[in-house]
Order: sequence, then structure tokens, then C-alpha cells
Amino acid sequence: MKIIIVGCGKVGSTLAAQLSEEGNDIVIIDQREERVRNLSNEYDIMGVVGSGSSHGVQEEAGIESADLLIAVTGSDELNLLCCLIAKKAGNCHTIARVRSPEYNQEARFIQEELGLAMVINPELAASAEIARLLRFPSAIKVETFAKGRIELLQFRIGPHSVLHNMQVSKITSTLRCDVLICAVTRGDQVVIPDGNFTLQEYDIVSFVASPKKASQFFRKIRVQTNQVKDALIVGGSTTTYYLAKQLLAMGIGVKIVERDRNRCEVLSDSLPEANIVCGDGTEQHLLREEGLEQVDSFVALTDVDEENILLSLYVSDLFPNIKTIAKVNSVTFNRIIEKLNLDRIVDPKSITAEYIVRYVRAMKNSIGSNVETLYRLVNNKMEALEFNIRENAPVLNTPLENLHLRKNLLIACIIRNRKLIMPRGQDQIILGDKVVVVTTNTGLNDISDILAEHRGE
Amino acid sequence: MILNILSWASVLEAVFFLFPALVAVIYGEQVLWIYLFCAFLCAALGLLLRLLRPRENTMYAKEGFFAVALCWILFSALGAVPFVLTKEIPNYVNALFETVSGFTTTGASILSRVEDLSHASLFWRSFTHWVGGMGILVFILAILPGKGNGSNVHLMRAESPGYSVSKLVPKIRQTALILYAIYFGMTLAEILLLIICKMPVFDAITLSLGTAGTGGFGVRSDSIASYTALQQNIITVFMILFGVNFNFYYLMIIRKFRSAFGISEVKVYLVIIVAAIALITWDINALFPSLGDALHHAAFQVGSIITTTGFATTDFNLWPSFSKTILVVLMFIGACAGSTGGGIKVSRIMLLVKGIKNELAVSAHPRSVRKVKMDGHSLSPEIIRSVNSYFALYIIIFAFSLLIVSLNEMDLTTNFTAVAATLNNIGPGLAVVGPTGNFADFSVVSKLVLIFDMLAGRLELLPILMLFIPPSWKR
Repeated sequence: MKIIIVGCGKVGSTLAAQLSEEGNDIVIIDQREERVRNLSNEYDIMGVVGSGSSHGVQEEAGIESADLLIAVTGSDELNLLCCLIAKKAGNCHTIARVRSPEYNQEARFIQEELGLAMVINPELAASAEIARLLRFPSAIKVETFAKGRIELLQFRIGPHSVLHNMQVSKITSTLRCDVLICAVTRGDQVVIPDGNFTLQEYDIVSFVASPKKASQFFRKIRVQTNQVKDALIVGGSTTTYYLAKQLLAMGIGVKIVERDRNRCEVLSDSLPEANIVCGDGTEQHLLREEGLEQVDSFVALTDVDEENILLSLYVSDLFPNIKTIAKVNSVTFNRIIEKLNLDRIVDPKSITAEYIVRYVRAMKNSIGSNVETLYRLVNNKMEALEFNIRENAPVLNTPLENLHLRKNLLIACIIRNRKLIMPRGQDQIILGDKVVVVTTNTGLNDISDILAEHRGE
Repeated sequence: MILNILSWASVLEAVFFLFPALVAVIYGEQVLWIYLFCAFLCAALGLLLRLLRPRENTMYAKEGFFAVALCWILFSALGAVPFVLTKEIPNYVNALFETVSGFTTTGASILSRVEDLSHASLFWRSFTHWVGGMGILVFILAILPGKGNGSNVHLMRAESPGYSVSKLVPKIRQTALILYAIYFGMTLAEILLLIICKMPVFDAITLSLGTAGTGGFGVRSDSIASYTALQQNIITVFMILFGVNFNFYYLMIIRKFRSAFGISEVKVYLVIIVAAIALITWDINALFPSLGDALHHAAFQVGSIITTTGFATTDFNLWPSFSKTILVVLMFIGACAGSTGGGIKVSRIMLLVKGIKNELAVSAHPRSVRKVKMDGHSLSPEIIRSVNSYFALYIIIFAFSLLIVSLNEMDLTTNFTAVAATLNNIGPGLAVVGPTGNFADFSVVSKLVLIFDMLAGRLELLPILMLFIPPSWKR
């Protein structure tokens, strides 16, 4: 597919990297020549220097033959204008990043009337992610397949857990619980474990199960599963506003600590049910006074990454039972951050990129690829994909144990007639199934890609 | 990664050796076995290199330069083997000179009578022009299986001529394919036209390969002189066409005529050609029976020299001094960036002139702010800087080469034009190395220096030079 990306900031470059890796023709547009040059040196993409909203520049980037234009510059208005012009000039799909809350309330109108395929708001996306995590506090990440019938959950094995030193093959028999462990992250290595793999403390485990089985499993390993009752949020940014709104709607109590008095008043105005405290969230005394001991979740959403990380570290050190989430805008030091004992880090920009990539995949799906859903896990080192099985798929009607699968790939589950099958060696894939595959090879496009190629790769 | 590229290169050369082998079959020549043996040798070497698994797969700018430089050296070293084995050029340095001259599309020869060569070897000489014209690595990029890593652009940048190499389409592989498709199509057109004009098939093919790469190896000692005027005119037109920036043709194909004709480099290139032809015609008119004749020869020589092809229809060594000087100036200007020709390139000259103009204006009005513009885009100071340093480097290399070559005790014209003809990938110079002469009389050292010049000229100085600077070997 031919995709034009306007704006080479964090989101733009992440998108360019991922989408070109997946075999799309990418043209990037940015006014900063150096960015364009660096990016097009690093990936197999073409760069145009200029303003993305100029018709001439878009034409130079080949708008007539493009399938999709993604506008992710820093300015909402510029993004919308880019999309409008692209729509007229090339009749392609358009995606715009629009982050201001004023526009957000009219997102639907904007999307429909301006003919955009997708409007994405990074703050809203991040807050949705956080809200989902708070609903499911023991998992670090939750993704759903088959319209919510299957969940892929990630959690970190706590100290003294029953899972410590347990072999993967023993889990089902010992715990009498049918879950499939599909990936284990230890340090910065991602392993797709076989039966003999032994779990250890602090491993991050990803597993696939139905929601019921998942909560059963969490109960068996003695991890609490109920949704949190209340949340303490430090920092009153736009993300906070979106998050508080969602949490309140879910019946979760919200307390917001914000430094700036005017901002507090604005928040109090728009969130009458929330408890707004004006004060410095980095003061330990203040946090305690506001009942840090009693809450069961803590979200650090200030504008300073370091502050967020330190705050969450402080809280999880004092009260290990509190679920802590920190927002981090630049994740350059991923490796180090992951070593810290933080429950979860949320990065609005990667989430935005992930949403857009998901859309592109879906769009490609209608053209030829068979990927229904795609999730990227563990810093893009692992992918979980849901495939539709169509006619002529090379995997049809063969017992799984006879399939010659690629390395580092696992068929996590099969969904047949809305029923979930945990695949065993004798199971077969038949027409109309949906299959969830977990792999560390990225860039799969079709179910046939799960087979090892004949060249013996 | 570099090893990986090199292994691909030798396998590729093995495939290329099959073409002269085929020619040998057609003409029933004994050299068939030698070419087959060489093909086998290259294939074996390629597979051997493949066994050394690369540790790292990333190609940075530096690895790109190294890979390109080593690849060209390897290609030339292997390509010279058949000449030695067939005993047509028994001396390896001479054979290497001939092959490098082929791959770099120079066309400078050490042979006095090319008719003595077998058809297979003649074909191989011309074929090296064709391969070298568009580039070995561009070819590898076009056929290399698997997903193109983005950093492969460093390879293309290091090999393709011009100050800024841009892709035609987002994917580098497609870009390479498009370039080769245009190249192949134009070569085929020339072959067909020449055959229609009653040129022998073998001559038509080899000359077309030589024209396409802007090389200049002919199959007769008098170069092109013994063909008919019509055939010569066809070659003139195609030489000039192959000296045009290939972006021009791509824009024509996708029907963006306005942007195609908007490329100012192409316009300047054509203006220079017309002006040079006019001046030379006026100057040499007395030597030829009619004005038409003078025009015909002037056009051929100008086209041949500015595109750095190096064919000749007449011995321009005997022309008046003014015409010879014009030709020497054209040698340095060279063809367009993004074409198969050599030289400094028209666009670089344009930038140099514009830079100087700005510099003058700023000296007169110290507070004025000016940007250098080309085709409506303003250029960053880095580009101007790189063009300036390219030019400086060019002069330094030129001076040193001239110094070493002058140890041969030949006259200054010979030495000067020999270096100019090799560094600009033209072929024939003036005096001893003129269209009827050859490079055989130079000493071994001079030949090695000229070999270096040819490679440096073809790869735009930096890649080859980097190989000789030890600090750049380290990471």
C-alpha cells in the first residue's frame, strides 16, 4: 500500500518504521530537512521536504496514487488541512491526529463531515489504555481478540508466587486451569516457551484465555483481579481529564492532585464528581494526607517523565499493593525503565502509533492480507495476530502436529463457531476459523506465513 | 554485511561471464572454456564468501562506501582474469587496466589492435561498460531477494553519480528496477536502430553496450570512423541521451512532462552541447570538405566527450588548438548527475557557479542574505559545502596523479589529458593517448595510478579514497 505520512515527530517516525517494515511504500513529508534526511537514510522510504498542507508538496509525494495519508504533525489544524487537501487531490483515506479537547467533542462531526477515515487523539487513547488497566489491575496489559471472547493478558510474576520455578507444562495439571502461556519476557529477551520452560520470579508472562478462565487463573495464583475502587491521579493534564471521565463512568472514585490553581478550577468545573486537590504531588506529606494508604491505584500523569517514574517508584516501594501507572512521553531508555519495579508505563505516542498501525492492517486486510487484529507486545518484539481462515489456506485440515511451523511461533488458540479451542497436537484448522498466533517474527501477512518456508529458512 | 554484498557480486559476475561464453559458442571460439572456467571460479568464490556468515546486518553510511569500493575492486580484479588466461593481454596489470577501464566506463585501452581479440573478449569488454554504467550494486539491489533494508540507500548513494541521489519511488528495489528498465530499454532501442541501418549485429550490440554505459570501447582500432555517417549520427544521439539525468526519463514515463522539462541541469547540459558544437564547427570548418561534414564530426566528438563516452570518428588530435581546448573543458564538465556518464557533472558545475555568484554578492554587500536555489528549491549549505569539497578533492587527486604520471617523461599534453581522460572516465585524451593512440606506453606505476583515477572518478572520489584512509577502517 502507498502511504504518505506528514510530520516526522515521534509518532510519524514510529509509523514510518513499522509500516515500511511491513512492506508498504512510505513517503514522509516534513518541513525539517534534517529529520527527513535522517529518517530516509534509516528506512526504505522516500522523503519530501515541505509543508504537508501544500498541494504541490503532496503532489510531489505522489498523492494521486496514494492509498492513505496520515497527518501527525504537532498542530491539529494543519493535520486537518492536510487531510482535506489530500482528500480532494488524491481521493485517498486520511487519518489525522487531533488532540485538542475542543475538537475532540466534535470528533464525530469532524470525521464524518470532513471525510476522514480516522481521527486519533493520543491523550484519549492513552487514558483509555490506563482505564482498561485499572479495570484489570493484576495484568500489565490486556488485549482482546474475537470481539472480546479471548483475552491476551500480561502480568509479572510476583515474589514468592506459586509459579516460581514451575514448568510450563505443569501449570494446567497443578493449577487445574486451562490457560496457554504464549510468551515470557525475562530481562530484554522474549521467549516463546515450550513445555519444559521453567518460570521464575519477575518474569513477565503473556497468556491467552477466555475472560472467565483468566480470572480463575489469577485467583489460583493468588493475584487480585477485581477492578480498583479508587484512583489517585497526580497531574491535571488533558489525559487526566479524559481518564477521570472514564473512571468516573465506571464507578471508580477519582482524586486529582494538581499544582496549578487555575487548572484545578477548570478541572473541577468539568469534572464535578471528582475530588480535586490543589497542591504539589511530589510532596510526600501531601500525598499521605490525601489518603495514599487507602487508595488501591496510583497514576502519575505530570508533564515530567522523571517525576512520574520517581513518584510511581516511591508509591510502589511504600505500598506494594497499590497498582501504579506512570506516563512516559519519551521511552528512549526503555530497557532501564523496564528493570524498575513499575507496574506499567503508558506512552501516548506509541499507543497512537499502535492504533494507526492497527487501522492500516485492517485496511490492508480488505485488499489482501488476512490479519483481523494485530497487537504488538514487549516493545514490538512480539506480535499477536488474529487470522481469518479463508479458502485455500495451506494449513486447512491438517493436524497441528503435522504442520511445519516457523520457529518462534505459537498457535495460541482457535475460535470456531464462537467457541474457544485451546489447540492440541491433534486439532485441525478448518474453514471459517479464526486463529490467534503469537510470534516474535514480525510482518506476517497471511496465515500461510506461519509455515516455515521450503527454502529451509 | 560487506562480505554478503561481495559474495553476491562475485556470483553476479559468474552469471555475467556466461554472456561472453555464449558469444564464444556462437563464433565457435576456443576461449569458451576460459570464460566458463572464470564463471565457475567466481561462483565458487561467491559461495565461499557466503559461508562466512555476516555478524551484523546493518549498513551504515561507512559500510555503504566500503562495500561499494571493495565490490568494484573485486569485480575488476576478477573481470581481468579471462584476458590473462586467453593470453590476449598476458600482463595482469594491463588486463586490470583494461577491465577497470571497462567497468568504470572509461574506455581507455592499452591495446593497439583490438581486431586481434576474440569476439567473446570484445563482447566482454563492451559488456563491462554496460554493467558499470548503471552500477553493479544498483543491479544487485534490483535483484537481491528479500525485503530491502532502508539503509541500502547508502549503497546506491555511494555508487550513483551526483551530489544528491534521490529515489524515484519509496522502495529502493523498485527504484533500481525502474532505472535498469529504462537503461535496458534504451540500449535495446539503439541496437535495433543500428541493425536497421545495416550495421553488423555483433558491432551493433557491442557499440550499443559501449554507448549505453558511456564507455567507449569499440571493436575496431579506428573506433567508429569506419562506419557510415548515419550510423555515427545514431550513436551521437544516443550518447547524448545516455548523458541525461535518468530522472528525466522517469518523469517522462509517468507523464509529468512539465517537471521533466523543468530540470534545469538537463537544459544547461543541452545548451553546453549546442554551444560547443557550434564553436567547434566554426573552428574546424576548413579541415573538412563541407560545413555538413564539419558539423557531423563536431557533434559526434562533443557528444562523445561531454558524456565521457570516448568514441571518435576522426582523429581530433589534429584539430586546431581552440577546438581541442573546448574538448578538454568538456572532459571536466561531464554529463548530468544521475546518468551513466562521468566527469564533474553539470549540476555540480552549476552549483559551483551559483555558489561563487553568491560569494561575490555577499562580499559586495556583507549584510545580504542569500540562498542558493536549484529547480525552485533552496539548497542547504551542506550541499554547497559538499560540492565545494568535492571540487577541492578532485583538484588534489588530479594534481597528484599528474605528478606521478609525469615520471614517464612524456609531454605535458599527454600526461594532463591522460589523467583527465581517466579521472573523468572518458577514454582517449590528446597527443600520445589521443583517439588513435593508447595507454600501453605508460609505466606500471602510472597505470596503477590511472586505475585508481578511473575508480575514483566513477565512484565520485569518496568511496575509493576512504579505503586508503586507515582511520576510517575502525568503527
